[in-house]
Order: sequence, then structure tokens, then C-alpha cells
Amino acid sequence: MALGAYVAVSAALFALGLVTIAARRNILYVLFGIEMILNAANINFVAFNRFNGDGMDGRMFAIFVIILAAAEAAVALAIVLNVYHLFGSTKPSDADLLRE
Amino acid sequence: MVDLQKVFYSGLALLAIALHGWGLASAGPAGLAFGGCATLVLGGALMCLWERSVVRSAFSLMATFTGCAGFFILLGADFVGMAQILIYVGGILALLLFGVMLSPPDMAERKLARVGGGLLVMGLGVAWVSAKVAASVKWAQLPADELPAPSTKAEDIGIAFIAPDQYVVPFELAAVLLTVALVAAVYIARRRISDFTAEPDQGGR
Repeated sequence: MALGAYVAVSAALFALGLVTIAARRNILYVLFGIEMILNAANINFVAFNRFNGDGMDGRMFAIFVIILAAAEAAVALAIVLNVYHLFGSTKPSDADLLRE
Repeated sequence: MVDLQKVFYSGLALLAIALHGWGLASAGPAGLAFGGCATLVLGGALMCLWERSVVRSAFSLMATFTGCAGFFILLGADFVGMAQILIYVGGILALLLFGVMLSPPDMAERKLARVGGGLLVMGLGVAWVSAKVAASVKWAQLPADELPAPSTKAEDIGIAFIAPDQYVVPFELAAVLLTVALVAAVYIARRRISDFTAEPDQGGR
């Protein structure tokens, strides 16, 4: 397949991730949407790397993005648990107090 | 009353057929693999957006991540594909499922109007931007399977990680960041002693 096909699928995945973040009122869906967006970016990195000569920079970027996604998921899960524990709700709009 | 669930899954099947057809029409058998991966990616994402149950959404993300790994392998990045399966499907998804199991189900949370409206607006926006980009960028026309095979092996990636003139600094920084992030996650998520002595049901379950 040509480059444009990969970029098109990646754009669609990015849009779906954004809709997931915006349309579902649940902190966990925000996490799901972020993972989709990171995956869309990764597809772009690897695809452009493939069609742009014989380098490996795009692949290394993709690996670092995966590492960052793992760190982000761990911290975000801890935050979700704390928000649920403190506010008794998983709606992002309910977590509106900085003090306990 | 139309069964929305059936309508949605019929649409998903149509999307799968369309993607496979697109791949087959533009690149033959290799395009079929592309169509399968694209179906996994987009179908998984759509299901995640659509399903009422958080558990189903989390499991449908597995399809998205696996499809992405398939894309990476199709693009000649075997190592990234394997890392994707190991870290995303094996690690991050398990983490997300923990989050799902530790929070209450809320089946009434999905609003059709919001999901449909979001899809419509975002679809129009992305279509407009894609049309602009497609018209103004000079794309590489050669399909991936006609390019010379990538010469980078997993060994080269390993060497690049520790070669002083390549990626050793980001590599070490990533190691420090992972350590800090995981220790911080444990610190944030721990339960304080006061939680055990106070009312057990304080969280308002």
C-alpha cells in the first residue's frame, strides 16, 4: 500500500481517539482515547520512516513513544484510582477540588 | 424500535468489507493484509467508542493495538511490532483492565447524541483537513512492497540504543523516567494508614 493509505488510517484513528475523549464522560475513556491517539502518531512515525529512505529514526521515535505511553498509563491509573477514592465518581467533571 | 446494537455491528461489517476491498483493489494480496489490519484498528476504536460497558471497550482496544502491531510489521518494523504487542497488549491493556475493575460500571453514561455528534463533527473536520493535505502534499507513490526491504534489524536497534553518537541519552532518560513514573504511581495509588482506620466506605461506592 502507498503512504497515503497508512496516513489516512492513522488520521481516522486519531479522530476516533479525540471523539472518545470528548464524547464519553468517564476518566477511563479519556485514557483509552489517549492510547488511540498515541497509536495513531506511532503509525505515522513508522510509515514515514519506511517511505523515507533507509533510516531508523522514525522507528526509534515509535519505541520511545511506547515507553512514554507505558509510564503515562501507570501514572494515569494511579490518578484514576485516587480520583474515584476521593470524589466517589469517575466523571472528569466531578473532580473539581484541589484540596481534600 | 431498531436494535441499535445490530445496526452498529452491521455497519462495522460493511466497514470491514470496504477496507478489505480497498486494500485488494489497490495492492492485491498484500493490500488484503493491510485491509485486515485497518479493520482491526478502526473497528476496535469504533467499538471502544460505541460500547456501553467499560470492560468491552477495554477489550476492543486489544484489536486496535494488535492492528497497529500488524501495520508496523507490514511496514518492515518487526521489532516495533513485537514491542507493541508485548507492551501495549500485554502491559498497558492489563493496566487499563485493572482500572476498569476497580471503578464502578455506569451503563447510562454513553449518550447517543454525544457520540453521534462527535463522530459527525470530527469526521467532517478530519475529512476537510485530509482533503486539503492530500491536495497540497506530493506523496510518495511507490507502494511499500516495491521499496527495497529495510536493512535495519533488531540488532541495529539495540546498538543504536547504546551507541554514544546515537540514542544513548534518550535511552537513559527513558529509563530514569520509567523508574520515577512507576515509583510515583505506587506512591500516588497507595492507601494511607488513615484510610484503614477511618470509615471503610468513605469513597461513596
